[in-house]
Amino acid sequence: MRSGTRPTGMSRTANRVADVAEAPTTAIRRRLGTTELVYLALLGVMVGGAILVALQDKNLFSTANTVEMLSRSSLLGFIAIGQTLVILCRSLDLSVGYVVALSSLVAATTMDGDPARVPLAIAVTLLVAGGIGLANGLIISVLKVNPFITTLGMGLIIKGYLDTEYKGPAGAVPESFRQFGYSRIGFVPVSAAVMLLAAVAGILYLRKTRTGFHMYAVGGNAEVARMSGIRTGRVMVTAHVLCAMTAGVAGLLLAARFGTGSAEVYENGYELESIAAVVLGGTFLMGGRGGVAGTLAGVLILAELDTIFNILQVDPFFKDVLRGVIIIAAVAIYARRRLDVRASRARFGGDGGADGGPPPEPPPRHDDDPARPHQGGVR
Amino acid sequence: MTATDPGRAAATSTGTRLAGLAGRLFGGGGPTVFALLIVIFALIFVMNPSFAEPPSLMAFLKAAAPLVVLAVGQYFVIVCGELDLSVGSLVGAQVVIAAALIDGEESRTVPVLLVMLAFGALVGLVNGLITTLLKVHSLITTLGMMLVLYGAIRLWTGGSPKGALSEAFRTAGRGGIDMPVVRQLPWALIILVAVVVLAIVVMRSSYGRTLVATGDNDQAAMFAGVRVWQVRTSAFVLSSLMATLAGVLIGGFAGVTAQVGQGLEFTAITAVVLGGVVLGGGRGTVVAAMAGALTIQALFTLFNQMALPSTIRPAVQGVIIIAAVAYAARERAGPGAQDHAPAAPPDQNPDREPAAT
Amino acid sequence: MRKTRVLLVAAATAALTLAACTTDEPTETAPEDEAPADEGEQEPEDSGDDAADDEGDDEPAESEDGEWFVRADYERQLAQRDIEPEGPADQPWLQAIEPEWVDTSEFAQEENRTLCFSNASVSNPWRVTGWITMQQQVDVFTDAGEIDDFQVSDAADDDNQQISDIQAFIDSGDCGALIISPSTTATLTPAVEAACDSGIPVIVFDRGVNTDCMVTFIHPIGGYAYGADGAEFLVENLEPGSSVLALRILPGVDVLEHRWAAAQEIFADSELEILGDEFTGGDGAQIKDLVTQYLQRGDVDGIWMDAGDGSVAAIEAFEDTGNDYPVMMGEDELSFMRKWEETGMTAIAPVYSNFQWRTPIEAAVKIWNGEEVPAEWVLPQEPITEENRGEFLERNADMPSLHYAKFGGEDLPGYPEAWQDR
Repeated sequence: MRSGTRPTGMSRTANRVADVAEAPTTAIRRRLGTTELVYLALLGVMVGGAILVALQDKNLFSTANTVEMLSRSSLLGFIAIGQTLVILCRSLDLSVGYVVALSSLVAATTMDGDPARVPLAIAVTLLVAGGIGLANGLIISVLKVNPFITTLGMGLIIKGYLDTEYKGPAGAVPESFRQFGYSRIGFVPVSAAVMLLAAVAGILYLRKTRTGFHMYAVGGNAEVARMSGIRTGRVMVTAHVLCAMTAGVAGLLLAARFGTGSAEVYENGYELESIAAVVLGGTFLMGGRGGVAGTLAGVLILAELDTIFNILQVDPFFKDVLRGVIIIAAVAIYARRRLDVRASRARFGGDGGADGGPPPEPPPRHDDDPARPHQGGVR
Repeated sequence: MTATDPGRAAATSTGTRLAGLAGRLFGGGGPTVFALLIVIFALIFVMNPSFAEPPSLMAFLKAAAPLVVLAVGQYFVIVCGELDLSVGSLVGAQVVIAAALIDGEESRTVPVLLVMLAFGALVGLVNGLITTLLKVHSLITTLGMMLVLYGAIRLWTGGSPKGALSEAFRTAGRGGIDMPVVRQLPWALIILVAVVVLAIVVMRSSYGRTLVATGDNDQAAMFAGVRVWQVRTSAFVLSSLMATLAGVLIGGFAGVTAQVGQGLEFTAITAVVLGGVVLGGGRGTVVAAMAGALTIQALFTLFNQMALPSTIRPAVQGVIIIAAVAYAARERAGPGAQDHAPAAPPDQNPDREPAAT
Repeated sequence: MRKTRVLLVAAATAALTLAACTTDEPTETAPEDEAPADEGEQEPEDSGDDAADDEGDDEPAESEDGEWFVRADYERQLAQRDIEPEGPADQPWLQAIEPEWVDTSEFAQEENRTLCFSNASVSNPWRVTGWITMQQQVDVFTDAGEIDDFQVSDAADDDNQQISDIQAFIDSGDCGALIISPSTTATLTPAVEAACDSGIPVIVFDRGVNTDCMVTFIHPIGGYAYGADGAEFLVENLEPGSSVLALRILPGVDVLEHRWAAAQEIFADSELEILGDEFTGGDGAQIKDLVTQYLQRGDVDGIWMDAGDGSVAAIEAFEDTGNDYPVMMGEDELSFMRKWEETGMTAIAPVYSNFQWRTPIEAAVKIWNGEEVPAEWVLPQEPITEENRGEFLERNADMPSLHYAKFGGEDLPGYPEAWQDR
C-alpha cells in the first residue's frame, strides 16, 4: 500500500506546484464559473418564487418584501463572509454563533445606553471577537488541533462563560445605534448596506491583497503553499481573526436590533447555517476555491427562500426539510461541474488529487499536514 | 500503534508510558485518552468512593452505552475519511418513530424495531450515496440530512412526539438481569459488550482494514482494487444502524421527550477525536474511540460529583477537549517533527498504518 | 516542543483542579447564595436599561433584588393566586384577575379582519398543544365571519428572525391586528414598539416585553407563582433537613428564571437542603442520568422542576435505583399526571395555563368590535393537586402523553381529534 502511495503523492505534489503557479488565471476563471452558477440559481429562486407568490396575488418584489429579504440577509451575511475566509483556508469555525452572542452582550453592556460610548463599544467588541479568532487561529496553527475540535471547544468555553456571567439579556443600546438595525436608505436597510460593503471589501481583500490570495494557496495545499514561501500559520490566524470579527459585527447588529445583548442567540445555530450559506455559494468546503461573491449569493438565496416561505405560509418544519434538500442538491451540482471542469482541463496534466478526484477528496488533514514540516523538504 | 515506533517510548515521560501501556493493554489507540480516562476515574473515586461500588458502575455504563454505541458508528465513518452529523437527529427521529408506531401496543415492538432498522439503513445509504456518487462533502450531506430528519419528523408529528413506547421496547435501555453483587446487570451493558466485540472483530477483518486504508489514502486504496464508494457507503450505513441502536437504548433508558438526541452528533464526534482518531481518516482504533466516549461520559459524571455549577461545565469541557487533542497532536508530531525521523517515510506517518492490524 | 506539551498538561490539570476548587463553595452555599452574588455583578448594567424601558409594566426585572428577582412582582403574583378572577368560571381563558379595562373603540372596524400572528416557535409540546387550540379558536371565529384571514409566521426560537417577521407584517400592510408571542422579553421590545407605532392594535401574550404600548398583554399569573406553587408544596410535605434537587431546562429565559427565583426565595426561608440546580435541556436521558448520579451520592427527598418535561424520566431514576419516590413537582403534562396517579406518590402539578392560547384570538375580535379588554389580562393559574387530579385525568383520558391537562379546548368543534392526531 505504501509503495503504491508514494508515486501518486509525488506526482500529485508536482502537479500542485504547477497549479499554484498558474493559479492567478485558472483560479479566477474557475471561481467565476461557479459564482455565475450561484447567481443564476439566485435568479431562478427569485423567478420561481415570484411566480408562486404571484399565484397568491402577492408581489415578491414589493418594497416590503424586498426590505424583508435584505434585512434577513444581513446578519447571516456578516457571519458567512468571515466563514468564507476560514473555509477557503481549509478550516472552519463552529464558534461563530457563540462569538455573536458574546459580542452582542459586550456591545450592549459597554454602551450601557450612552450614545457617547458607541465608538468605544464597537472597538471593544471587535477586539474581543478578534481575540477569540486569534486564539482559534493559534490553537489550530501552533498546537495543531483540528479546527473542528478547536472551534467546537472554543464555542463550549464561550457558552460556559456566557451561562455563568449573563443570566439573560443585559446592557442597553442607545437609540442612535439602534438605527444600524432598523433604519433604511430607500428600500435598503442600513445593516444590509453595511453587509454589502463588507462583502465588497471581502472580495477585494481576497483578490487584491497578498494575504487574501495566500488563503487560496493555503486551502489548496498547505504544504505547497509553505514551500513557495507562504507563512501558512499566519494566513490561517488572519483568516480566523477576520472571521471572528465579522461575527463580532453580526453581534453588534443583533445588539442594535434587540436594544440589548442576549446570550440566548447561541441557540440559533448560526455556525452551521453560515457554513451552509458558504457552500451554497459555491465555495469548496475543502478549501482553495470559492469566494465572498458566491457566499453573498448563497446568503441571498437563503434569505429569499425564507421570505418566500413566509409569504406562502410554509410550515416551519417543512422549511428545514427544504433547506436540507436544497443545500445538498446545490453542492451536488457544483461537484458535478467541478468534475466536468477538470475533465476539460486534462491538458494541464490532470490534477486528480487536488481536485477531489474520482472518489471524494481525501478529507481534511489540518492537524497532521502542518505537523510534518519535514515532509516537503525531504522530497 | 504506539508499539510500532521505538523512538516514541524513550521520548515519553513515565506517565504517558504508563498510559501507553494501558493503551496497548486495551488494544492500542492514543495513550492520551486512556490516561485521561484513568485520571478522571481516579478523581471520581477519590471524591466519592461509593462510585466504585458495582451498582454505581453499572448505572454509569448503562447511561454511557448509547454514547459508546454512537462513537463506534461515528468511528467507522471518520476512519474512512468522512463525518456524520446526522446521527443526533437520527436518534431523535428513531425514538419518535418508535413511540408513534408502537403507540403503547406490546405486540408491535418487534415489527417496529424492524422498521427502525430499515429506516436507519436507508438514511445511511442515502448519506453514503450522496457523498460518494454525487461527490458532496459528507459534512454537507449529513448536515442536510440532519435538517431533513429534524424537519420531517416534526412535520409528521406536528411538532412534538406522539404515542408511547411499549414496556418491551424499553427493556433494552432500562431493564436488566437481577444479580447479587451488581444488583442488576443492565441489558444495555450486554448489548454494549456485544457491540464492542463486534466492532473489534469488524476492524480486524479485511473489511476493517479496507476501511482504514480508504481513509488513509483513497487513491491508493482504489489502485489496490478497493471500491471506495462501496466501502464509504457501507460505513455510513453502519453509522446509521449504530445511531438506530443508540436510539433504542436512549428511548428505553429515558422514554420519549421532544429533545431526545439533540447535539449528540457533536458529542459523538468529540468522543471519537478525543480517542485519538484523526478527522480525515486512516488513523486511530475503534477501542480508543470507545474509550473517548467513556471519557466524555466520565467527565460529565466528574462534574456532577464535584457539584460544579452547571453553567461553567461547558467551559471546562471545552478546555479539556482542546488540551487533550492538542496534547495528542504533540504526541503524534513530537519525535518526527523534532529530528526528521528517518524511519518515517515521506508521505506516511507511522501512525497512519492501519491501526487495527 | 516538550515545553508545549508540559504546558498543555498543566493547562488540563489546571482546568480540572480549578473545577475541583470551585466545587466546595457551591455545595455548601449553593442556591441560596447565588442570587445575591448575581445581584452584585449584574446590577449596574441592568438598572439603566430597565429604568429607561420599563415604565409601569410589571413583567420585566427591576434588578433590585438580583437579576431575576423583583420582590414587588413576586409578592403581587403570590397574592394574585388567592384573588377570585372576574369572568365566567367555566371559561377560564376569558377570566381576568383584577382587570383594568381599557377602551378600544379607536380600533373598532369591519373592513380589515386579517389577523396576523408572529409565533416564537412550536418547538416544545406545551407550545404545540397551545398552537392547536389557537387554530381551533380561529376556525370558530372564521366560520362566524369575525375573522377573514389568519396569517402566521414562525420564528423557530430565533429572536432576530422574529423581529424580521414582525417587520414584514407591518410592512405588508395586510394586518388588521397583530398578535405576538415573543421569544425573548428584552430583545423583542424595539420590534413590538415599532408594531405599536404602525397604528394597528397589538396583542402580546405568554412572555412579555419591556413596554406597555400594546393594547393588551395576556398572560397567566406568572413564573414566580409557578415556582412558588411547587416550592411551597415541597416545604410543606418534606421534613426539615430533607434534601431537594432542582432540575432546570436552560438558563437565561425569563419565564423559567422567575420560577427558579421564587423557589430560591422560598427554600431560603425553609430548612430544606438544596443539593444542586442542574440544567438538563429538558432531555429525559440527561435528567435520568443526573438524578441517578445524585442518588448514588446520597438521598434525594424532593424534586423541584422548572418545567414538567422529562419529569417521568426523573421518577424512573428513583424506581430503577430502588429508592423511595420523592416528593415531586411536575406539571399538568399528561405523562407525568398518569405516572403520578399510577405510583400514588406525593406530588403537585403546577400549571402554566395552556388555555391562554385562546385568549389572544378572543381579544382581537373584541378589539375589532370595540369592546373593552383588560390592559393587562392576567389569567388564572391554578395548580392541579391530588384532589382534582382524577377529574383532569378523566377529562383527558383519550389524550396522548405530552398533552397538557388544562389546555381548555374541550368545547371547540375540533375536539378531540385535533389534539389527538397532531
